[in-house]
Amino acid sequence: MASHGIKDKVAIVGMGCTRFGERWESSAADLLVDATEECFASTPQIGKQDVDAFWLGTLSSGQSGLVLSEPLGLDYKPVTRVENFCATGSEAFRNASYAVASGAYDVVMAVGVEKLKDSGYSGLATGRGSGDGTDPLATQTAPAAFSLLDPAYCNKYGVDRQAMRDAMTHVAWKNHANGALNPRAQFRSEVSKEKIAAAAGKVAGRLGVFDCSGVSDGAACALIVRAEEAHEYTDRPMFVKALSMVAGPASGPIDPSYDYTTFHEVARCAQDAYQQAEVTAPREQISMAEVHDCFTPTELVLMEDLGFSDRGEAWRDELEGEFNLDGSLPVNPDGGLKSFGHPIGASGLRMLFECWLQFRGEAGERQLSDPQLGMTHNLGGRPGSCVSFISIVGSERG
Amino acid sequence: LGGSPFSVSLPCRPHPGTGGLAVMGDMRTGLPTSSDERDGADGAAAFAYGPDGAVEIVSRTATTAEFLDRWRHPGAIAARQWEERFGLEVYMPLIREAASAALSDAGLERTDHTLVSSPHRRAAATAAKELGATPGPEGLGYAGAADLGLRLAATLDQAKPGETVLSVSAADGCDAAVLRVTDRIADARHGPPVVEQLEGGREVTYATYLTWRGLLEREPPRRPDPERPAGPPAARAEAWKFAFVGSRCRRCGHVHVPPRRVCVGCGAVDEMERAPLADREGTVATYTVDRLAFSPSPPMIDAVVDFDGGGRYTLEVTDAAPEEVDIGTRLELTFRRLYTSGGVHNYFWKVRPI
Repeated sequence: MASHGIKDKVAIVGMGCTRFGERWESSAADLLVDATEECFASTPQIGKQDVDAFWLGTLSSGQSGLVLSEPLGLDYKPVTRVENFCATGSEAFRNASYAVASGAYDVVMAVGVEKLKDSGYSGLATGRGSGDGTDPLATQTAPAAFSLLDPAYCNKYGVDRQAMRDAMTHVAWKNHANGALNPRAQFRSEVSKEKIAAAAGKVAGRLGVFDCSGVSDGAACALIVRAEEAHEYTDRPMFVKALSMVAGPASGPIDPSYDYTTFHEVARCAQDAYQQAEVTAPREQISMAEVHDCFTPTELVLMEDLGFSDRGEAWRDELEGEFNLDGSLPVNPDGGLKSFGHPIGASGLRMLFECWLQFRGEAGERQLSDPQLGMTHNLGGRPGSCVSFISIVGSERG
Repeated sequence: LGGSPFSVSLPCRPHPGTGGLAVMGDMRTGLPTSSDERDGADGAAAFAYGPDGAVEIVSRTATTAEFLDRWRHPGAIAARQWEERFGLEVYMPLIREAASAALSDAGLERTDHTLVSSPHRRAAATAAKELGATPGPEGLGYAGAADLGLRLAATLDQAKPGETVLSVSAADGCDAAVLRVTDRIADARHGPPVVEQLEGGREVTYATYLTWRGLLEREPPRRPDPERPAGPPAARAEAWKFAFVGSRCRRCGHVHVPPRRVCVGCGAVDEMERAPLADREGTVATYTVDRLAFSPSPPMIDAVVDFDGGGRYTLEVTDAAPEEVDIGTRLELTFRRLYTSGGVHNYFWKVRPI
């Protein structure tokens, strides 16, 4: 058993990210062109023709590498389309990074896109293949699945129900406040805690509409080269410290030993990522984290699984402002899924884009002071049955 | 009404070899605002036949006539009825003749219990008065093909050994029978008494009722319908889907629903035995109320259920309001329709509070 990682072997030297939102005017192809053109415009030495291979992440906006090669008019290049639930964009990035680290290619691009708003549905519309009609996921919605965390967490740790609700409200308030400062976000206004609390319970369990990430369209991309050559392309590359991916056995929904207060997949993934990056005290060493805040209770539980909060304490840390933009560990400084919505293939790369901006000092009103290590995290699936991805990136090559 | 011989001529004749089982069930749908809608009932009853019965059939007679009282075109949602006074005029002589013949064949002038079942409300009421019928269970409407069965079951819930019952069923004619209750009656009763079941149940709004009857089409959720259940996977999962049979690991005892080949507890492969769980009770581990989900009975309550003795599954909670479900709530399984998709009714198990 080994997970050696590729610490400081590859670096990002250019990125692009569209505005996320209900992009009625743009197709998936348009979004792909927008994101990649923005990226190439920032890297004068690398044009489309200089990229040796592409990895494309999309859950449902098309199949095969043609989804990218056709709109970009690529010159007979290798394009690999990948899918791994909500970690799809991150998975494209992980595999693209390995392609460079292996020496197979010099310059590789990871691209993620999702066009959700053409479906006519208000939530994420994913089909589950033909089955025997006994799978609860045939009817249970995603907010309902994640709302299962709330009563279980309160029950296990004896957390007052109102305090838990306040912590969920705080997550939504914080991420909306951060998104209000981000010109690329889907939702760009602050939402008061009173308004968030007043909407609670109308979607699933105690979740209201403000406890749920939005549904949006978007695309983002990254150019990856070998770390030792990174400074040839930009004076401020972003170095990959860790890439971890875990697919759990999905036994939580059928095994009474699972208590719906943790994502075992994330805890294991974090352990692996910290080992790869040689991070021993994550709360102190990580400067910022972009995590998968699909629903507000998810972010609370993630803080514990990622080692940022002690078990049973995330609700308190959140309420005390530890993860605010000006807190000890800013979480979702760009506004998170809460403000960006969740175009599946694009989200993981959008998270990396915030690290990219922060390391370069280009995050505007959200700019953090001298960030060193950033984390991006995706969760795909549901409590007890999910995949997890974590990257750790740094501003300096170790 | 009444194509089925069971519905009009109970008691049925026992099969000489096996005894047999008579099952009668019906859902009565009337046009909105009709008296059929108001007075209709849904229900089912079953009687097993055999030697040494709890009830002996002493006599049985039938009268019939051709007249237009009730009719329904195949496919129509509800029946129509001719003017009530005409039906009363035709039914009463048929009822009187059948009842007196059954009594005289039995050598009795009267019985300890008398029950009358008829889709014709006034004929039923008039016959009950003339024959001195025992009042039927409070709140039981007319349950169509199941009506006589339900009324007989309610009577047998109370009847004592040696007592006699006159059963009268008037539908396009009249069947009458005299029964005698034997001393095996106490052992033959199964399930909760009819009266107790009538006291259970819960109120639903008229709009919900109309929706369930298919008489009101509501705005669907803005998400795709669930996939219709597929034939081959449902056939492969027959024991699981229809009988809630899981698997138990022979090595470590871990119970799995649905059944699996690889043990979640110890990793053993293909070391499983059958684990039927349909009769198991369970406890809520966590729960939610899904206000967006596709369900005939929104909002859908979902509970993660840990079964006594092992096994966990997420199931829809039925016959309960959201505030009746919490961590620790005790539940039992009940076989229900989850939804209809692509024209296929999807039957599986739900849970309800005990």
